[in-house]
Amino acid sequence: MAERVLVKGTEAIGEAAIRAGCRLFFGYPITPQNELPEYMSKRMPEVGGTFLQTESEVATINMVYGAACTGTRVMTSTSSPGFSLMQEGISYMACAQLPAVLVNVVRGGPGLGDIQPSQGDYWQATKGGGHGDYKLIVLAPSTVQEAVDLTVLAFDLADKYRTPVVIIADGVIGQMMEPVTFPEFRNLNTLPKHDDWALTGANGREKHIVVSFDIDPHVLEKMNLEIVEKLRKIEANEKRWEEYKLEDAEIVITAFGTVGRIAKSVVEQARKEGIKAGLFRPITLWPFPYERLEEISKGKKLILDVEMNMGQMLEDVKLAVKDHARIEFYGRMGGVVPTPDEIFEALKKFLNV
Amino acid sequence: MAFQVILKRPESLTQREFTYCPGCTHGIIHRIIAEVIDELGIREKTIAVAPIGCSVFAYQFFNTDATVAAHGRAPAVATGMKRARPDLYVFTYQGDGDLAAIGTAEIVHAANRGEKITTIFVNNAIYGMTGGQMAPTTLLGMKTTTTPYGRKADNDGYPLHVAEIIKEARGVAFLARTKVNTPQDVQKTKKAIKKAFLAQIKGLGFGMVEVLSTCPTNWGIDPVSALKWLEEHMVPEYPLGVFVDKVGDEQ
Repeated sequence: MAERVLVKGTEAIGEAAIRAGCRLFFGYPITPQNELPEYMSKRMPEVGGTFLQTESEVATINMVYGAACTGTRVMTSTSSPGFSLMQEGISYMACAQLPAVLVNVVRGGPGLGDIQPSQGDYWQATKGGGHGDYKLIVLAPSTVQEAVDLTVLAFDLADKYRTPVVIIADGVIGQMMEPVTFPEFRNLNTLPKHDDWALTGANGREKHIVVSFDIDPHVLEKMNLEIVEKLRKIEANEKRWEEYKLEDAEIVITAFGTVGRIAKSVVEQARKEGIKAGLFRPITLWPFPYERLEEISKGKKLILDVEMNMGQMLEDVKLAVKDHARIEFYGRMGGVVPTPDEIFEALKKFLNV
Repeated sequence: MAFQVILKRPESLTQREFTYCPGCTHGIIHRIIAEVIDELGIREKTIAVAPIGCSVFAYQFFNTDATVAAHGRAPAVATGMKRARPDLYVFTYQGDGDLAAIGTAEIVHAANRGEKITTIFVNNAIYGMTGGQMAPTTLLGMKTTTTPYGRKADNDGYPLHVAEIIKEARGVAFLARTKVNTPQDVQKTKKAIKKAFLAQIKGLGFGMVEVLSTCPTNWGIDPVSALKWLEEHMVPEYPLGVFVDKVGDEQ
């Protein structure tokens, strides 16, 4: 059995990527995620991989595009303003159906914002982000161990569905140290080769073309439909979430990532005071687990959505819950992390207790 | 009676008809790149990166694996490919809007890193695909659809000399500026392109050829006049020459 080691979230993601068979990392410095590229710059040469510090996030995402064209596992990480800069390239990758893992350690926004933890990029990550019809698989870890596990999963899903996969974290997950167990190193020879489409040289076969483009609207629409069909498959098969103390709950807190973790303390606190609370934590922010949340919400006294933003996931919570239960929201912005106490106070206020 | 083939379509070009306007020199440049790839015997190990612009369709014309990069980002895309697969040969084909305006950061840094890729930079002093707007390379006084009174330095700045900027980057292994308005110049350009590929094949660094090219449609003149116009107006602004050559003559 592998040993447990104490590591920081960002470094844990980096090591997990290497264990998953990633040997290529492109990145540009931006706070609060610099420990990840720094870790990769030290680690990649040790495993025969390549780390490249780029001239911009725009260049980064296009290098990721190029590497992905060859069917090679590739990763980048950035933080909110950098993720915005990458959106054009991500849209190209979505259309060209290129696998890659993109980490966004979200910080306060909009604009330059600040460098404190935030969940303000939920909409950008889950609703497309760039131009055109597409969505990306979005994974939101709430512990360092989960960040490790989801990083490995992200590479596998990216390859399986030929799509960029986003890991959305924040400065809390990134900076926090927790004991984790890393998976074994993936044998590089067992990784998907993508022989049927990747650009590897037209040796003994017809040339391969990877483009996000066709001048004929009917052809482009066919490409669009292919992507839509894939997205439907992902929706049918890849929804993930955590249910915590929901069996007898009358109150359901919905929260993801860092707030999902804080909300567990709120559930405990509420239960000590006789309020039967539970937590529903989406792990895949897209595809969002609408059906399960709808099921759970039936007959509940209150659904309290808590986020570090103005209420972004709230829209999906409303789509899921419909009119089955009353929905309230509590959020902090600007990089302020809500404490369990203040969330509990908000909960009591909504319950008039 | 036996026939001998003395001229045939290069293996590295597909059967697709070019989409370029009559008299445009993109077709000539495509053909000599394909001949070079054939002669070097690297077609099966080559990836072409097409740009945004008239030559966006280059991915259909080169009979190699191919992609289209976002506007200006071809050197970054090529970098990603080469870093993923150093055993392959990657080239970008970019116009002056793509490379010299929106893509200046990517080309400068790819050159400076000595990225082992090859760039063919087609300079025709205008945006073709979008309908003849001013490019960074547009000559002073030249009328375009966005400089209807002629390009003026005080408003629009000066023609950008890309090769002269790139030559300062220490990662460059081969760099030349050529033209394709006469048969002799086509041969010279072909030689330069071969060296730009050899810089990559030999692992020496970044290779680029800036090719002065024509755009009769958007210049608003006939193809023959365009060849003369290139000679009389573009060559004085953009001096020809080999700026960097670490490849040498033994081939």
